[in-house]
Amino acid sequence: MATHLILQKIFKTGFVSEPAPEADLAMRTREQELHAEILKVFGQSVAIRHVDAGSCNGCELEIHAVNGPHYNIDGMGVKFAASPRHVDVLLVTGPVSRNMEVALKRAYDATPEPKWVVAMGECACSGGMFGESYASCGKVSNVIPVDVEVPGCPPTPAALLQGILAAVSKGRTDAES
Amino acid sequence: MKIGDHDWNLDPLGKHIWRGRMETGQLLALARAVKEEGGQLVALWGSDDRHLDGSFGIHAALLTSSGLAWASCALPAEAPTYPDLAHIFPQADRMQRATFDLLGIRAADAVDDRKWLRHTAWADNEFPLRKDFSPLSTLRSPLSTLNSPPPPDAYPFIRVEGDGVHEIPVGPIHAGTIEPGHFRFSIIGERILRLEERMGYTHKGTEKRFEGMDLATGAKLAGRVSGDTHSAYAWAYCAAVEMATGSQVPERAVWLRALFLEIERIANHLGDLGYLGNDVALSFGFVQFWRLKEDWLRLIAKLFGHRYLYDRIVPGGVAVDIGDGGRAELAAEVGRIEAEVRSLKAIYDEHATLQDRFANTGIVKPDLAARLGLTGLAGRASAQAWDARAQFPQAPYDRLDVSMATQRSGDVLARAEVRFAEVYESARLVRDILERLPAGELHAPLAPVSAVCEGIGWVESWRGEVVVAVRIGADGRLDRVHPHDPSWQNWPLVEVGVLGNIVPDFPLINKSFNLSYSGPDL
Repeated sequence: MATHLILQKIFKTGFVSEPAPEADLAMRTREQELHAEILKVFGQSVAIRHVDAGSCNGCELEIHAVNGPHYNIDGMGVKFAASPRHVDVLLVTGPVSRNMEVALKRAYDATPEPKWVVAMGECACSGGMFGESYASCGKVSNVIPVDVEVPGCPPTPAALLQGILAAVSKGRTDAES
Repeated sequence: MKIGDHDWNLDPLGKHIWRGRMETGQLLALARAVKEEGGQLVALWGSDDRHLDGSFGIHAALLTSSGLAWASCALPAEAPTYPDLAHIFPQADRMQRATFDLLGIRAADAVDDRKWLRHTAWADNEFPLRKDFSPLSTLRSPLSTLNSPPPPDAYPFIRVEGDGVHEIPVGPIHAGTIEPGHFRFSIIGERILRLEERMGYTHKGTEKRFEGMDLATGAKLAGRVSGDTHSAYAWAYCAAVEMATGSQVPERAVWLRALFLEIERIANHLGDLGYLGNDVALSFGFVQFWRLKEDWLRLIAKLFGHRYLYDRIVPGGVAVDIGDGGRAELAAEVGRIEAEVRSLKAIYDEHATLQDRFANTGIVKPDLAARLGLTGLAGRASAQAWDARAQFPQAPYDRLDVSMATQRSGDVLARAEVRFAEVYESARLVRDILERLPAGELHAPLAPVSAVCEGIGWVESWRGEVVVAVRIGADGRLDRVHPHDPSWQNWPLVEVGVLGNIVPDFPLINKSFNLSYSGPDL
């Protein structure tokens, strides 16, 4: 009778998804020169590959959260993909540990052009509490170029979405104009 | 302290916590005695004490019938070695290897002496946690590394050979949003013959970072050892600092800490129960549990200012209070969520596919769990009936009468059942705490430090026991901090739990343990 109970629960719950937040362009750190046609294609949807480069796993909690029903990311055209070869955006968390440096660079190289990098969380933006040390390269931009920085420890799901949309919204505006 | 007939040289350091210094031979005998009475090794770590007494130190935290015993031995500065404990407690293996990588203290006669936390970031004759280690000597400038990446890490995996055996290397970057680590599967067809884990990818020098830090900042760093276990780490660290300095914490603050710990347990269990549904293609379960988790986190953020309560537990107390309105709101919400979880459990119980995938998948039998030291919620799902809140309760759990959840079957289903039971119990605890919350101050200043002092904190996190050992220098700053994650003990059991299962069940089994990478990688 599980089906009956499931349907009952679904109808009782109703819709919980909320409208998307506005892109926060203040989070952009780098302007990319891109052809308008490419942007036109990109502007409609975006695929993301998350790379934990040494995070405490706090930021991961919020990446999971944005995949929940309150945040209708599929409806915004945002999709998390399993391989860097399939994506437009690398979402990088953590200070980059020296043990993850090679893997992060390889993931970056494997991502096809044009690509954006979103550094998520205090550690990814500045090195955070872990900083630079024998074991940590510090912020993500010490290792690969970063386009958008989303601060916070961890950033809220809304801030994360604003950052992701900021990465691609330049494309949307340019393509429309 | 007595174990069996023998009186060991261990003195009370706190409630259910014992402390002793001994020769290495005695440590070995103590470990045997603890094993014989059914106890476990919880943590093992080293320290560079040459600036204090000219020696190195090896430390073990053991779970005994009288509580947690913290035993330490001084080791000669030249060629520091201690007897291998992994032949008594197999969970010591990786901790011993990490201790060597970080301090150059060797477990004599250990069977496995491969490196663990060291990849290529520092050389095999350098030891980062030695006080004379100079980070500058190995620090490659970040900009130069862009063009000259370090050489690949050479690690001697154990190979399975024979007709039809092949390997699947996975990671460090995984297909989903999980932390980095490497899994090396040896399989025939779809069946897993062997799994070997290679961790250490998120090693970011956390323990070194603590050195010389002030006590308040240390609490923030401790909470970020493993972000999903923030309150447990922050509490264990603060308890250690308060023990070391002999400081009193106001009663209201102690009760609020327990409230935060139970809030954290509910949040994590909700998320896991959702993902367990997701991993057997019941996305309905994911959506429903993550809806509840998000509702929960939003209320927590509204009441306490942070969705995961970061930095709300501070040395000497807590940084945030709850008013009467907030108490009513939180009690009502935890009641609503509990009722919804009960209705979702009825669906999980009835769902044939889910039950088929959960039951008899990823089994860790009780005798194996006992032999290898499985702990925390995964341990309780394999009949390892230990919960520090129930058996050795620190305040305020000594007045809360926690009911421990246990199962015997040790499979994915058992680990899900323990989570359900713990959500209900934590909901009861939240209501109980809110009702009985004593009035008073939130925070008291720490007693001043004038000499080297030490303390240890022991908190049952949602995942298992978190132990934080702290030594404060005469200057009042942190000299050595070792945070211990229960994932140290439990990761090797994932290797065992997947044997004979099919590769597509690995994500489900792994999620049912849900262990931390950052916690043990440090």
